[in-house]
Amino acid sequence: MSAIRVEHLRVVRGGNVVLPDLSCEVPGGTVTGLLGPSGSGKTTLLRAVVGVQRVAGGVVEVLGLPAGSPPLRARVGYMTQAPSVYGDLTVRENLRFFARVLGAPASAVGKAIADVALADFADQVVNKLSGGQRTRVSLAAALLGEPELLVLDEPTVGLDPLLRRDLWQLFHELAAAGKTLLVSSHVMDEADRCDLLLLLRDGRLLAQDTPAAIRARTGADKLDDAFLTLVEA
Amino acid sequence: MLAVAARVLAQLRRDPRTLALIVGVPMLLETLLKEIFAAPSLVFQHVGAPLLGLFPFVTMFLVTSITMLRERTSGTLERLMASPLRKLDLLGGYAAAFAVVAVLQASAVSALAFGALGLDVSGPKEIVTALAVGNAVLGTALGLFVSAFAETEFQAVQFMPAIVFPQILLCGLLVSRASMAAWLRWISDALPLTYAYDALAHTASNTLDARFAVDVAVICGCIFLALSLGAATLRRRTG
Repeated sequence: MSAIRVEHLRVVRGGNVVLPDLSCEVPGGTVTGLLGPSGSGKTTLLRAVVGVQRVAGGVVEVLGLPAGSPPLRARVGYMTQAPSVYGDLTVRENLRFFARVLGAPASAVGKAIADVALADFADQVVNKLSGGQRTRVSLAAALLGEPELLVLDEPTVGLDPLLRRDLWQLFHELAAAGKTLLVSSHVMDEADRCDLLLLLRDGRLLAQDTPAAIRARTGADKLDDAFLTLVEA
Repeated sequence: MLAVAARVLAQLRRDPRTLALIVGVPMLLETLLKEIFAAPSLVFQHVGAPLLGLFPFVTMFLVTSITMLRERTSGTLERLMASPLRKLDLLGGYAAAFAVVAVLQASAVSALAFGALGLDVSGPKEIVTALAVGNAVLGTALGLFVSAFAETEFQAVQFMPAIVFPQILLCGLLVSRASMAAWLRWISDALPLTYAYDALAHTASNTLDARFAVDVAVICGCIFLALSLGAATLRRRTG
């Protein structure tokens, strides 16, 4: 079953057509990567899925309901591109607040902190943390409440390779437990870690397939080259 | 709503300088007010209580309009709008948190004014303090509401002179409303601070009549109205 179904989505932001006519599907229980260069419309598509983006047309259905409808708000976890947490609170205070807002149990806070490997920094004020650590606090907030769908906007930017590997492992563990993850990235080397890929450029979908199938179709060994082949096709 | 209030208070605790300014500035101003009218200070006795009640309105208006703007620009508002949190709970939480701070602020400046500064009112002093808290909440609610129309901090601070100063000029503190031109009085009638000032003046002169009850009702109504309008202007979907 599709966790996300997008049909003829059109989004206009500030007079610019960001997504002219986009259709795609994300199956449940997968890690789907949304890849494309900066400015390709990734964030706009993610925001439309979460239901915080004003759309000009088309259908966005999430877990069988119209995107943004009230029952979905507790079932979809969203991590914005810029870390959206309170800089003047500690990691734990931030997560405790978001857990209360979501109605998640207090025990979820400790688990989320451990999931993003911030246990040693739990009582530090977020403003004193590095950029990568702040990103992880923001990710932890999205993990609270065991959402069925996780929409993550560039969750691994600026993280060291070891941590990135661990996070991708976490994403796959969540998918194995039946959750669906839609993860954006502008780094092609992360594409191979995804079950499925959505390749986006200039608001248009270039491809929607598994990494292996995209390689086979383009005859390219590296996904970077595959992307080029698809752009020039 | 309690979650939001607790979070805002935790943030304020982390920022002791802001707290010190919120509590300290009205005390400083009230002291200055006493000193500029040399003894025997009839003028201070006349305007001391109303101003005591109006300072919290001004500070809370400023503080909250900036705080809410910060919530908007930091992306946390987007996160909250994607969550099940109800919009009125968000604004109500802010109002509740700042009401707690207002109690602190109003108590401190009241203690100073009625104590060391020798301010005297014919009516109950506690009502002056309570009205100061009410005005602070009114300032909070208006600040939250207008912050929806500010895109930058520069715009937000300009709302203070734009929204607060005309109300101070027209509320009857500087010139009695009876001697204003009719059209000015009509505008004055439509501004919430007019009722706040009137309530304070009635308390100072111990004439707690029906008009006082109307004043209090209007203040409460305006708080609720500003919070509701503020919630209505919050958009879950943005462009």
